[in-house]
Amino acid sequence: MFDYESLRLIWWLLVGILLIGFAVTDGFDIGAAILLPFLGKTDTERRVIINTVGPHWDGNQVWFITAGGALFAAWPRVYATAFSGFYWAMLLVLFALFFRPIGFEYRSKSDSARWRNNWDWGLCLGSFVPALVFGIAFGNLFLGVPFYFDELTRPIYTGSFFALLNPFALICGLASVAMLALHGAIWLQMRAGGDVEARAQHYANRIGPALSTLMLLAGIVMLTVVEGYSITSEVVGDASSNPLNKQVARVENWFANYEQYPLLWALAAASLILPLGVSLLAKANRPGWGFVVSSLNISVIILLAGSTLFPFVMPSSSDLASSLTLWDATSSKLTLEIMFWVAMVFVPIILCYTAWGYYKMWRRIEPEFIEQNSVSNY
Amino acid sequence: MVSETVVELSRWQFALTAMYHFLFVPLTLGLSFLLAIMESVYVMTNKQVYKDMTRFWGKLFGINFALGVTTGLTMEFQFGTNWAYYSHYVGDVFGAPLAIEGLVAFFLESTFVGLFFFGWDRLSKVQHLTTTWLVAIGSNFSALWILIANGWMQNPVGSYFNFETMRMEMDSFAEVIFNPVAQVKFVHTVSAGYVTGAIFVLAISAYYLLKNKDTDFARRSFAIASAFGLASVISVIILGDESGYEVGEVQKVKLAAMEAEWDTHEAPAPFTLVGLPNQETQETEYAVKIPYVLGLIATRSLDEEVLGIKDLVERAEARMRNGIVAYELLLKLRNGEDTPENRSAFMAVQNDLGYGLLLKRFTPDVVDATEEQIKAAAMDTIPGVAPMFWTFRVMVACGFTMLLLFTLAFYFTAKRKEHKTRWLQKFALLCLPLPWIASETGWFVAEFGRQPWAIGEILPTYVATSHLSESDLWLSIFGFVGLYTAFMVIEIYLMLKYVRKGPSALGTGRYDNEVAKEKTEEVVQYV
Repeated sequence: MFDYESLRLIWWLLVGILLIGFAVTDGFDIGAAILLPFLGKTDTERRVIINTVGPHWDGNQVWFITAGGALFAAWPRVYATAFSGFYWAMLLVLFALFFRPIGFEYRSKSDSARWRNNWDWGLCLGSFVPALVFGIAFGNLFLGVPFYFDELTRPIYTGSFFALLNPFALICGLASVAMLALHGAIWLQMRAGGDVEARAQHYANRIGPALSTLMLLAGIVMLTVVEGYSITSEVVGDASSNPLNKQVARVENWFANYEQYPLLWALAAASLILPLGVSLLAKANRPGWGFVVSSLNISVIILLAGSTLFPFVMPSSSDLASSLTLWDATSSKLTLEIMFWVAMVFVPIILCYTAWGYYKMWRRIEPEFIEQNSVSNY
Repeated sequence: MVSETVVELSRWQFALTAMYHFLFVPLTLGLSFLLAIMESVYVMTNKQVYKDMTRFWGKLFGINFALGVTTGLTMEFQFGTNWAYYSHYVGDVFGAPLAIEGLVAFFLESTFVGLFFFGWDRLSKVQHLTTTWLVAIGSNFSALWILIANGWMQNPVGSYFNFETMRMEMDSFAEVIFNPVAQVKFVHTVSAGYVTGAIFVLAISAYYLLKNKDTDFARRSFAIASAFGLASVISVIILGDESGYEVGEVQKVKLAAMEAEWDTHEAPAPFTLVGLPNQETQETEYAVKIPYVLGLIATRSLDEEVLGIKDLVERAEARMRNGIVAYELLLKLRNGEDTPENRSAFMAVQNDLGYGLLLKRFTPDVVDATEEQIKAAAMDTIPGVAPMFWTFRVMVACGFTMLLLFTLAFYFTAKRKEHKTRWLQKFALLCLPLPWIASETGWFVAEFGRQPWAIGEILPTYVATSHLSESDLWLSIFGFVGLYTAFMVIEIYLMLKYVRKGPSALGTGRYDNEVAKEKTEEVVQYV
């Protein structure tokens, strides 16, 4: 039905969609948890925050797990190279994420104030660290990652964990944290009652400009310092997946795609303006629209990052030809085809029942509600 | 090449994290169905106690589920972090069921589990009941796809090696799904999960009966658990036997190791009940044998042979010599000598390429392997016999003990005497650890018995790891063990706390030990 080349392009889009699904849904519960100790001053207030995401965080987190599974199935070489190369970054993410399921579920199962406060910080850090590390990892993709393949094409990573923590990547990491914190703040303004709502509004108001500034800063560094990568041999979209069959060169910057598709400049501009839009809507007390714009903002930022790298997925800085692109790091045609149809059938079904769940649980969580239903809530 | 220590440590890390994850999974599989059954009874009879049962056992389910989710995260990413060559080599086939598990099953389970806990006041009765069933169905679908992936590691069907991409590629998705090994594994494993759920409810209910606490609540829970458990334990044992037959068909080495079958015995082979297998001398000391039984289990016939270890080693040696040729041709094909002759020569021996890769452990260049190295590598195709032999027997013993327990529990429940039969209650409580012991030993038999292969006869474990240093591995194992131990302590603390509280934990005022709580309006201020 589709040729290999189209399937590869479709899967690049699908991976993007899964990442966007993850950042938009799990993003607000990560953001809310990052803000938890700062927005909730009393136990009831913190429970208000936690219970706005209570019924949803688990389903949301599956976007992350599925994105991991989809990478494995559609881009096995990327899954293998990225996760083993970024070993400590990935383990740090996992160790941090551990504190979320248990934090949510166990926090209110004891009355001890210390117990609860500790779990709250666990939830906060367990959400902050992954947000930061994802941004840092993305930043490093633009800089290139030092790896090559040995004679059996085993990926060998030659960098270190600390080399990932360069200034540009740290800007990206902070931008990622700000993006999700903004998303969490506007969610809480929409769904939490009492003082939390007002504080969330205040935070949403402040984080938007900060995110805009970080994006601008990242853009300036991209324009002035960061070198790009370019395929210099002919691109064969339906050749078998062997990354070593091409030639790659370093070029001045990553903006070749922008010259070809000027629309990307509009996306870049949107990533600077949309965060401000979220803050304005928060200030105008329209958090519902604010949440929509924040979701759009997240989608734009992820799409922008992906399109700037296109067709690269993971460039290699130490052995240019080993760079992984969406043309030569994919699964076989049959696997891509099967997975495409599975996604076509199940993603809409997932969206339907997820939407039903949100519709059924939709209400503002007021402090009185928590106090009256102390046993049945988180 | 990778150091031996890195491979060993990677295996330890995988085994520790997988076995730890597998402490929580079986209970989720079984308890979710029990919750669905309890709630169905509630919707049909409208008796409040069944709703309270669903909610109380649901609380314990939640405590367990949280750790299942936590430790499951590791499993989705650990193939990439620690088994990078594996991920690249078989991702085209193995990745698909894993991704489908997320899309088809885990989304369903996780989305509805939130509605299960929070939806009691927001959903109609039937909507909530549907939600609970979807959690149960979702978790079981999860098991199906995971075991399709695992079944393929044991018996890699529906795929071929592509030398241009240097990996296995799928050529029949249907074969991967309908892999007979995956099918028997699935039914055996989920049944074991149902048994785990049933013992959990049965033992804790027995504890309430022993304490004369919430007797009505406990008796109804005990009754449902005993019926569900009896059906499940019978199914585990029958399907386990089916599993044994399937292993006999496709994983002859595993079967021979499980049974310490050193020599090919004249059909029908006897079954060694107990004994001390000795890998050095290739003999089982003090063996107590039952004639005919192994032949019957493994071949379902009286005239087919069950191959012994010594013959299997010889077989492996022959394939290894082919494997060396395959490896040599592969290097030629990849290094510019892609001629039609080399291609067809490679096609003829490529099924033995995995055996060639086994030699990597002994000589990195493979093609220069000496006779001793080939012999050593062939011996290496047999996993440790004594551990296999004993874990298998422990698993089976647990299974039959639980069969006895459920038969008695069902009988006394039918006679309406279970609340007066104190020895039965004590027996049930003592049996609480058994399903976990059986699940873990069962996991061990299945995965240790797969060694030295990561993917049966395709990819040796030795070459499957990531390029990491020993200190990376030590540090990450330390991290996992430290965190997991802390989580385990917390989980057991909460579990015991809520088990002690019993249904009074729901705060309905209907159960024993409930004190009319005075609301202390103390506001905690955080700094």
